[in-house]
Amino acid sequence: MDNLDDVYNELIMEHSMNSYNKKKLDKPDFCEIGHNPNCGDEITLEVKMSGNTIVDMAFSGHGCAISQASTSIMIDTLKGKSLEEAKNIIETFIGMIKREITDDTELEKLEDAIAFKNISNMPARVKCALLAWHTLEGMLKDGQ
Amino acid sequence: MYNFKKDFPLLNNSNIAYLDSSATTQKPQAVLDAISEFYKTKNANVHRGAYSLSMQATKAYEDARTKISKFINAKHPEEIVFSKNATESLNLIAYSYGLNNLKPGDEIVISIMEHHSNLVPWQKVARATGATLKYMYINENFEISSEEIESKITPKTKIVGITHVSNVLGTINNVEKIIKTAHKNGAIAIVDAAQSIPHIKIDVSSLDCDFLIFSGHKMLSPLGIGVLYGKKQILNNMPPFLMGGDMIEYVHEQETTFAPLPNKFEAGTQNIEGVIGLSAAIDYMENIGYLKIAEVESEVVNYAINQLSNLDYLKLYITPNRVNHSSVISFNINGVHPHDVASILDSENICVRSGNHCAQPLMRYLGINSTCRASFAFYNTKEDVDKLILGLDKAYNMFKKYIHF
Repeated sequence: MDNLDDVYNELIMEHSMNSYNKKKLDKPDFCEIGHNPNCGDEITLEVKMSGNTIVDMAFSGHGCAISQASTSIMIDTLKGKSLEEAKNIIETFIGMIKREITDDTELEKLEDAIAFKNISNMPARVKCALLAWHTLEGMLKDGQ
Repeated sequence: MYNFKKDFPLLNNSNIAYLDSSATTQKPQAVLDAISEFYKTKNANVHRGAYSLSMQATKAYEDARTKISKFINAKHPEEIVFSKNATESLNLIAYSYGLNNLKPGDEIVISIMEHHSNLVPWQKVARATGATLKYMYINENFEISSEEIESKITPKTKIVGITHVSNVLGTINNVEKIIKTAHKNGAIAIVDAAQSIPHIKIDVSSLDCDFLIFSGHKMLSPLGIGVLYGKKQILNNMPPFLMGGDMIEYVHEQETTFAPLPNKFEAGTQNIEGVIGLSAAIDYMENIGYLKIAEVESEVVNYAINQLSNLDYLKLYITPNRVNHSSVISFNINGVHPHDVASILDSENICVRSGNHCAQPLMRYLGINSTCRASFAFYNTKEDVDKLILGLDKAYNMFKKYIHF
């Protein structure tokens, strides 16, 4: 498989093994557990809001490098964004993973999360990359 | 040494190191041929037609039952019931025996290393009947000690369920002692042989277990065929599990009498090709012989254990007592998630399983979330092991500068 180095690149490895986003927030507004029963990966997402804006996010739990890095990079990307922006970015990320959105200009808003573009070449790992994004998607829907 | 890989088209036509035989084995040409031959020359529904083609199909189906009963040394062919897999066989016992024979205060004893299929059904039975579900735990060698067996199986115990070989640890359990202890206390004993029958000769008469189950696909047969062995007298006293065609005697508008064994437990059209395939797999295995299988496997597995033990970044979850270990090796690279390891091994054409292996309570007991698992069959070679070692080195080297504790 030639895609291994694309996926396990420096950015993803750093985020997965030594993430500064892996911590607990003081009094988060929302807290949700995302679970992947097939592999046992489990993350807890915490979100702190100020009005309509995500001011802080953190995660804890355990999982593979891809799920951990994807969670951490998602937090970097969405911090400071409005709810509407966040929902749009989540939709774009999921669209990118499913290869429904391929336009580079449209993908720019994903910032570092674009690093997961090639995960679709490793179908067994797609669910790992999506865990945090699906979890947050559900939280934002419920939070309305 | 004979190269068994050439009997297996999928292995013969690829360069993969297939180390996931505990999940399912590859299928030899002889099994594929038998299935194809059945459809070309004998295909008809069994137990139904008065025409000779249906009679031929029925004969092939029932001959396979007889062959299986001899293969595991059952006393009667009708003690063999076909199901769709080991899980369904265990559910049949849980629903048909468990729900009807337990009462509040009774105990079900299983081990902490059971596959979910021999665990979740007993939770349901316990909840429905008011019985208690108890566990035999493992010691530091990943084994169930004699003391543990004797302290958990008591006169309150009515059902004991035990896996012969753990699908995670590879531990061979002392099923003889567990069955004897169950009987001494008036309980029945169920043996899950799904992980043992591909490697170890099973003799239900000498084991004296009340039920024994396994699946075909883990022993060279097609997917979707399972076997339940039960002592005739116990099966006769059990109500049917699934209702419908072929399992009845007389059906009236409001009531039905049921067919005798084994049809009572085989409702609807069965997986006849699966049965034919399983029969061919037994022929193939018996032609090689369990002695030869054990000899080839133990050479490769011993080699694997030695090589893996040399990797100081690796943690192995196996008993040091080689005689109590079959051919499953669970391991982790310290600090690296098993799924990442499995993906990197996959990039080198090495197939291993990663995850909780349908044994979450065991994982929790071990204090881990998941493992990588390499499992071997007689078609594996030392070259497969060498590939695994190189793949693990690659995985470790990719991660080592990021690993922190």
